[in-house]
Amino acid sequence: MEPGPIAIFFAAIFTSNILLVNFLGMCSFLSISRELKASVGLGLAVTFVLTTTSLIAYLLNQYVLVPLEMEHLRYIVFIVVIAAFVQLVEIVIERISPVLYVNLGIFLPLITVNCAILGSLLFLVIREYDLWQSLAFGAGSGLGWMLAIVALAGIRQRMKYSKVPAALEGPGIALIITGLMSLAFVGFSGMIPIQ
Amino acid sequence: MITSLAIQVGVVAAIGALLAALIELADRFIANYGECRITINDEEERSLNVQGGGHLLGALAENKLFIPSACGGRGSCGLCKVKVLEGGGPLLPTEAPYLSATERKNNVRLSCQVKVRNNLRIEIPQELFAIKRYAGRAGKIIDQTHDMKQLDIELTEPETLDFKAGQYVQLTAPEYAKSDQPIYRAYSICSDPTDESTISLLIRRVPDGICTTWVFDYLKVGDQVELNGPHGEFCLQPTAREILFIAGGSGLAPIRSMLFQMRNEKIDRKATFYFGAQTSDDLCYLEQMAQFERDLPQFKFVPALSMPRDEDRWEGAQGLITDVLDAGEHEFAQAEAYLCGSPGMIDACIKVLLTHGMPQERIFYDKFA
Repeated sequence: MEPGPIAIFFAAIFTSNILLVNFLGMCSFLSISRELKASVGLGLAVTFVLTTTSLIAYLLNQYVLVPLEMEHLRYIVFIVVIAAFVQLVEIVIERISPVLYVNLGIFLPLITVNCAILGSLLFLVIREYDLWQSLAFGAGSGLGWMLAIVALAGIRQRMKYSKVPAALEGPGIALIITGLMSLAFVGFSGMIPIQ
Repeated sequence: MITSLAIQVGVVAAIGALLAALIELADRFIANYGECRITINDEEERSLNVQGGGHLLGALAENKLFIPSACGGRGSCGLCKVKVLEGGGPLLPTEAPYLSATERKNNVRLSCQVKVRNNLRIEIPQELFAIKRYAGRAGKIIDQTHDMKQLDIELTEPETLDFKAGQYVQLTAPEYAKSDQPIYRAYSICSDPTDESTISLLIRRVPDGICTTWVFDYLKVGDQVELNGPHGEFCLQPTAREILFIAGGSGLAPIRSMLFQMRNEKIDRKATFYFGAQTSDDLCYLEQMAQFERDLPQFKFVPALSMPRDEDRWEGAQGLITDVLDAGEHEFAQAEAYLCGSPGMIDACIKVLLTHGMPQERIFYDKFA
């Protein structure tokens, strides 16, 4: 039986977490996870971009690309959509929270090249989701990415005073923690299987 | 085939255009901060109406209020500090490293980082109102040593520049063969502060330096020159203490200007000028220093060579400037010092002065960073 939008939503957060299961969107995940506040901000931005672009990607794919037999232009169209929405998020964040805007720095415009976004959009096309499934998958993937980065930021903040071997400080230990978190998330798999 | 290609290009272009329109709308409505009012020093006549959205430093510069900034607004020099009393928003992480705890408490901010999003109430030191942009002509360009030139600038617009001895100006090197954009560099004024129509800069050649190469190899007498200023607070303090001037290379510039001031104002304080150089080729203004010694009864010029050659036939002080200073007989604890030159020389000399008991707050310096 095909899973419904609610199942897909929770699956995208837990069992098929875009970051901890598919390992997409790692660079900003490692760089912005030093501070909880900034990681929440970036997580929200990624969630917003993923949700809106999933909806638009679905509509464009279903009503423009497929009827006109232009599926081969999917990459370029999706990338243009993502780029535009990231610009929009930049304008909004700069307006409502200048501190977050400066904290996110270069990683805010870099959401454009965050493979998690393009990966998710391509997943929903490959898996042939309908409108509600696409929206649920987009929002779920974004929240799943946010959950992962916020969890890592929480752990890294607590680890500030831990003694980490010099060679593993920074991204090294963050990658090891990510691996452990990923193992923990494997425990969820099988609960709601999606492709 | 061609129709299908045209449709595909058309569709992608249409999607792109739609998205561009969406961003344009967001820019027009969300990123529109409207007209904002900047109240300066609570004086109505000094208030400015500016278009919101830009940085405070730029908004002030557009209104001919120049806050000193060595990095040109990139947030890396920490010089463009102003007090933002209202409307500046929270302190940004890019400003934090440049502000002390006291400055933070007093609402000091970096004007290149604060954005004008709403009405602002700010405080600017009075002397900054005097900073202007000047245009002039290159007058005399005189070789002072093998690598130092004195550049006289005859001001044309405005025709006079009122500065205090010790201050500096920012000279603009225009676009030329070695630089594809105008850049500005700071140089101390070395001329007499009473001569407001011609200002002189002592410029030492920096290998491959954009501005110095322009001055040394491209600038001709009569060429147009632009600058802004005066900047800086490296000035003679109004006390009666003994003075120790210490300089190396073109660090002599602000001190020469201070000596003019002492002569003009008949400041008869005990003063010694330690000037560090490697060989006699690096010495300049010897005649003039001798004249200052004649005009100022308590002034003494002590040039010191660290690497004198045989042909120099040098009979004056020898060694590093720190050693010569160390051997000098002064009441260090009662005197005050004015240092100008490279950061290495200044730091080394400050150490010597502190060991001789000179309090830190009486050591004034201008580092060529």
